[in-house]
Amino acid sequence: MSDTHAQSVAFVRDTEIPPSPPPARETGAIKWVRENLFSGPMNSILTIRGLLIAFWLLSGLIPWVVNGTWTGNDIRECREILQGSGGGCFAVVAERWPQLLFGFQYPDYLRWRPSLAFVLLFLAVPPMLFIMFLPRWTLALTAVYPFLAYWLIWGGTILTPIFIALAVLFGYFTFAKIEKRGFVTGLLAGIVVAAAIIWVGGLVAGEFSRFGRLEAVESRAMGGFMLNLILGIVCVSLSIPFGILLALGRQSRLPIVKGFCVVFIEFVRGVPLITLLFVANVVLAYFLPPNANFDLILRVIIMITMFSSAYIAEVIRGGLAALPKGQYEAGDSLGLDYAQSMRLIILPQAMKISIPGIVNVAVGLFKDTTLVSVISMFDLVGMIRGPILSSTDWAGVYWELWAAACILFFTVCYGISQYSQWLERQLRTDHH
Amino acid sequence: MAMTDTNPNAMAVSDEVAIEIKNMNKWYGSFHVLRDIDLTVQRGERIVICGPSGSGKSTLIRCINALEEHQQGSIVVDGTPLSSDLKNIDKIRSEVGMCFQHFNLFPHLTILENCTLAPIWVRKTPKKEAEETAMYFLEKVKIPDQANKYPGQLSGGQQQRVAIARSLCMKPRIMLFDEPTSALDPEMIKEVLDTMIQLAEEGMTMLCVTHEMGFARQVANRVIFMDAGQIVEQNEPESFFLNPQNERTKLFLSQILGH
Repeated sequence: MSDTHAQSVAFVRDTEIPPSPPPARETGAIKWVRENLFSGPMNSILTIRGLLIAFWLLSGLIPWVVNGTWTGNDIRECREILQGSGGGCFAVVAERWPQLLFGFQYPDYLRWRPSLAFVLLFLAVPPMLFIMFLPRWTLALTAVYPFLAYWLIWGGTILTPIFIALAVLFGYFTFAKIEKRGFVTGLLAGIVVAAAIIWVGGLVAGEFSRFGRLEAVESRAMGGFMLNLILGIVCVSLSIPFGILLALGRQSRLPIVKGFCVVFIEFVRGVPLITLLFVANVVLAYFLPPNANFDLILRVIIMITMFSSAYIAEVIRGGLAALPKGQYEAGDSLGLDYAQSMRLIILPQAMKISIPGIVNVAVGLFKDTTLVSVISMFDLVGMIRGPILSSTDWAGVYWELWAAACILFFTVCYGISQYSQWLERQLRTDHH
Repeated sequence: MAMTDTNPNAMAVSDEVAIEIKNMNKWYGSFHVLRDIDLTVQRGERIVICGPSGSGKSTLIRCINALEEHQQGSIVVDGTPLSSDLKNIDKIRSEVGMCFQHFNLFPHLTILENCTLAPIWVRKTPKKEAEETAMYFLEKVKIPDQANKYPGQLSGGQQQRVAIARSLCMKPRIMLFDEPTSALDPEMIKEVLDTMIQLAEEGMTMLCVTHEMGFARQVANRVIFMDAGQIVEQNEPESFFLNPQNERTKLFLSQILGH
């Protein structure tokens, strides 16, 4: 190289260097193993140790799963069948499966209704999650689903969910009409209209309670994994819009709006969820008129939603703060108004940045729904701790039941996490 | 379809007033950034504003479309007074296009969507028509083939030309440029300047904050020199560059032209 330089300082390239493939890397499994597992004495020791630990774990786990029994009506039968073979007594999961899913109070001849609602969930959710591949009208399925699911799970006259749907619809239209005159005015008008429709609806539904009637099931009868799913899905879907509003409110120039949002967020974040749940369970009753029929599940939903929307608001605030100021200015300079530039420019980008954080909160929230077991609601954890483990039939069968609970929760949470990673890849708009 | 008002005598300046700024003052806290600014811009005029950094030149043009608020004096754009009335602000913003130093394209939207967003939502133009207009202007800035890419996939010069096209899609009567070439590699400055020159030739009223003195010589009717929040000197480009009067202007010119 140095003599090239010495010969000719002036240099003119007359041929282009053709692009060539990178040097072929040595490949093969043995090479990989040597590099990654046995690259030195220290790593070799660690690898062997790791293998031993894995072997030890599996030698306990595999016989437990393989030798386990799925039949038997109580723990004594289980022990007879197993004869000390070290297998698990999975009979408890098989025998109590409906209770794990639906709780012990949901009438067994009506279990088809929540099951149907669960199946329909797989029609209602994809339009929301995969809207980029589906026609827009499929979103109508998502919109109808909550009301249909409510009717299926709780029963009663179909008029109730219909009026709630109408209230949401007309409330929204009122808001959209009046919003130009001011966001707060629009919001209040929308709420008033919705409340009026619900009030009228309550009277009408009371009058025609036989119309489109399914046998009613009380809220206290909800239980099992169904209760976790209901709370999780409802609270996550409610807390995202509330979180967005709180995050925007916290950035607002209006001192009252900003003050309210800051106080709300800071207060809720400073309080353990479990105290809020106790408040929902006990204290709220003091503030309500006697005999007021304020459903316990509804109270719990309000509390969990409040709690997680404060967290989601902070996550989204992080996303908003990450956007360069130029994005706001570009929107302004094109003449977009506040609502337009938020909806079309700022939020899509801020939400994209916030996906990992929102999913984190959503997964945490879903698992936190098991806390309702401490206010004597029989969700999956409440069922296991209460009616199942304290029954004389199955007292002492811990591992199998908790493993089942773990698997149920893990399936859902892992699914959410995989979806969010896929969504992040989908929304990448730089170099592809 | 007449996309722009192509004036046969394109470089001519009419005596219609496009922007009138009277006795305008602005403070950042207690810092007096703009002091007694008086500036009248005729329709079709092309003004280059230069000056050292921190002299308030960007702040001045950002006041014109209310990205910055001024505290004293009046600004009238196209007959609409700039007040705290949101309606007037929105009206002015939809008449005045702006290009930024860092382009500020919307990274989550394609080039075409960047260009059609404001016409569709602000002007309520039907989508198809907005797309046709967008393609017309993208062709004009010579990047129609990138319409379905995202801003992150384009070079800086291409992004800035898209930003110009995006502003033009709103059919603005005035264009503001805030250091449009300062963030570009030297190789890409020319393509952006060429687009701006083309725009000037079509009679667009333009205010450019820039240090491209060649551009100022070629297209400006007037060069304004600012320092410490004041307009120090303004003149036709020829006289401005050859015969600057104020000491501060002379120093500035000797520094930027001296190498």
